[in-house]
Amino acid sequence: MALIAIQDVTIAFEGTVAVDRVSFEVARGDYLVIVGENGSGKSTLMRAMLGLVKPRSGRIVYGDGLEKNRIGYLPQQTAAQRDFPASVEEVVLSGCVNRMGTRFFYNRADREKALGNMKLLDVERLRKKSYRTLSGGQQQRALLARALCATDAMLLLDEPVTGLDPNAAAEFYEVIRSLNRDHGVTVVMVSHDLSGAMRDAGKVLVMNRGMDFFGSLEDYRTRFAEGMVKGHG
Amino acid sequence: MGDLLRRCLMKRTDPDAPQKRRRGAAVALWGVMALLVLWALFNLRAIGDAFVQFHAFLAYRFIRRALIVGMLVSLCASLLGVTLVLKRYSMIGDGLSHVGFGALTVAMALGFVTSEGLPAFLPQGLRGAVARLCAGIAANPLPFTLVIVVVCAFLLLRISEHSRMRGDSAIALISTSALAVGVIVTSMTSGMNVDVYNYMFGSILAMSTSDVYVSVTLSAVVLVLFALFYPRIFAVTFDEMFARATGVRAGGYNMLIALLTAMTVVVGMRMMGTLLISSLIIFPALSSMRLFSSFRAVTISSAIISVACFALGMLLSCVYSLPTGAGIVAINLVVFIAFSAIDATR
Repeated sequence: MALIAIQDVTIAFEGTVAVDRVSFEVARGDYLVIVGENGSGKSTLMRAMLGLVKPRSGRIVYGDGLEKNRIGYLPQQTAAQRDFPASVEEVVLSGCVNRMGTRFFYNRADREKALGNMKLLDVERLRKKSYRTLSGGQQQRALLARALCATDAMLLLDEPVTGLDPNAAAEFYEVIRSLNRDHGVTVVMVSHDLSGAMRDAGKVLVMNRGMDFFGSLEDYRTRFAEGMVKGHG
Repeated sequence: MGDLLRRCLMKRTDPDAPQKRRRGAAVALWGVMALLVLWALFNLRAIGDAFVQFHAFLAYRFIRRALIVGMLVSLCASLLGVTLVLKRYSMIGDGLSHVGFGALTVAMALGFVTSEGLPAFLPQGLRGAVARLCAGIAANPLPFTLVIVVVCAFLLLRISEHSRMRGDSAIALISTSALAVGVIVTSMTSGMNVDVYNYMFGSILAMSTSDVYVSVTLSAVVLVLFALFYPRIFAVTFDEMFARATGVRAGGYNMLIALLTAMTVVVGMRMMGTLLISSLIIFPALSSMRLFSSFRAVTISSAIISVACFALGMLLSCVYSLPTGAGIVAINLVVFIAFSAIDATR
């Protein structure tokens, strides 16, 4: 059974269709990259997968033990966050809010999970540092550690390398690949950076309101090598 | 050698420009601080006298009452202020205070309603009831004002979240409209009198015993809710999208914060003044953010700064008979400058 199944989903805002009749499945261990031009509905689709946007029609089914609130999300950074006074530890720990249930405060297990993820992403030595003093790459790693606190199974990344310099971006992809291969985390990534994002991808989804393409990376390459669709290479 | 060459070539863009600006800021800020300290040193005796006089003032019940209400309101305002400032909602406090002014003047104007003045086609009993209700509102305007301000808080939040109009313009629209309504209603009824002046700029005489009860309850509610929901409030403040995705009801927390802000504004408004109450929300958080880098430290520091500044401002107000609100804002400004100076020299 798939972790998440998108079944004939259409999303519209004030009469404009942003996502048009999209269907696909994400299985455990997948590495899916969603590409497409600006306004092609890829971020909207991702928000729908998180339950932040209601589809107008169609269904999104969570399975294989995945709950809607247990997805690790790495949103695009907002302007307010850049000068937010918070220590890395506070940021990472805030990923545990979905494990609290009816509890009011973090418990020892939450703190240990946060610490483990900080070690995994090599931000543990920065734990007392302020988030706003970190470099772009370090900030993304801290947010990734937070996302991992929220999930054991699945990461949804929205344009994760935007604003990172090439070295930091390469490092970031390295981290994602290791999470996917060595830790069995399912990865779904929305990206503009085709060459970088696709190097490690297993599957590719090309959005253009509707689905232009969904399949394995090999199929995608053969298809686009033949030049069947313009503007996605 | 290569490095030197590159520097010569890139001479036009000064790589140290940001640092130089920072140094300039530090010098200016420390200059202001030095002047203040010098002034304080030359007036040590006067300052000591002021504390003695303030101690004498504390014998009056209305001063004690104002001090209690003010410190509690400052505490609430500073806690709420941290999230409001960080969420870029600081203007909500300002907008709400103007709405509060409008509502207060309308409440006062209702005191001029008489049963004879109401339309004659209404039954006698209804006219009497309406007139009594209006007189009741005019005699005790706090609940009426609170209801109006809370409704507007919900409205402002909805507008800034859902509307196509930008949040800050929407707030400016509502706050100036409320102010205009207030001014029109006042000039049509009582005219610009001492009461209206007090609503604008605040007065320590405004606090009654019921205000003490209201403010104690309010601050207890704010403190308990803030402590219990601290992790979730942090999550919603830092990253609302992520919080929503992980199942936190961000909308609910936004509403809660707007509601508590509305209550704080209404209780504090008559002492601080409509035009100045939002400083209680904004200043402590901004000052703390200069120095501290974790959310917890900023929160605690805001609470301490806010209460301390209130007490000092109150002292200024009593001893030198300055308007309370203005004195408190002035002290907050000094703290802000001091913290900025320290920040700029780090």
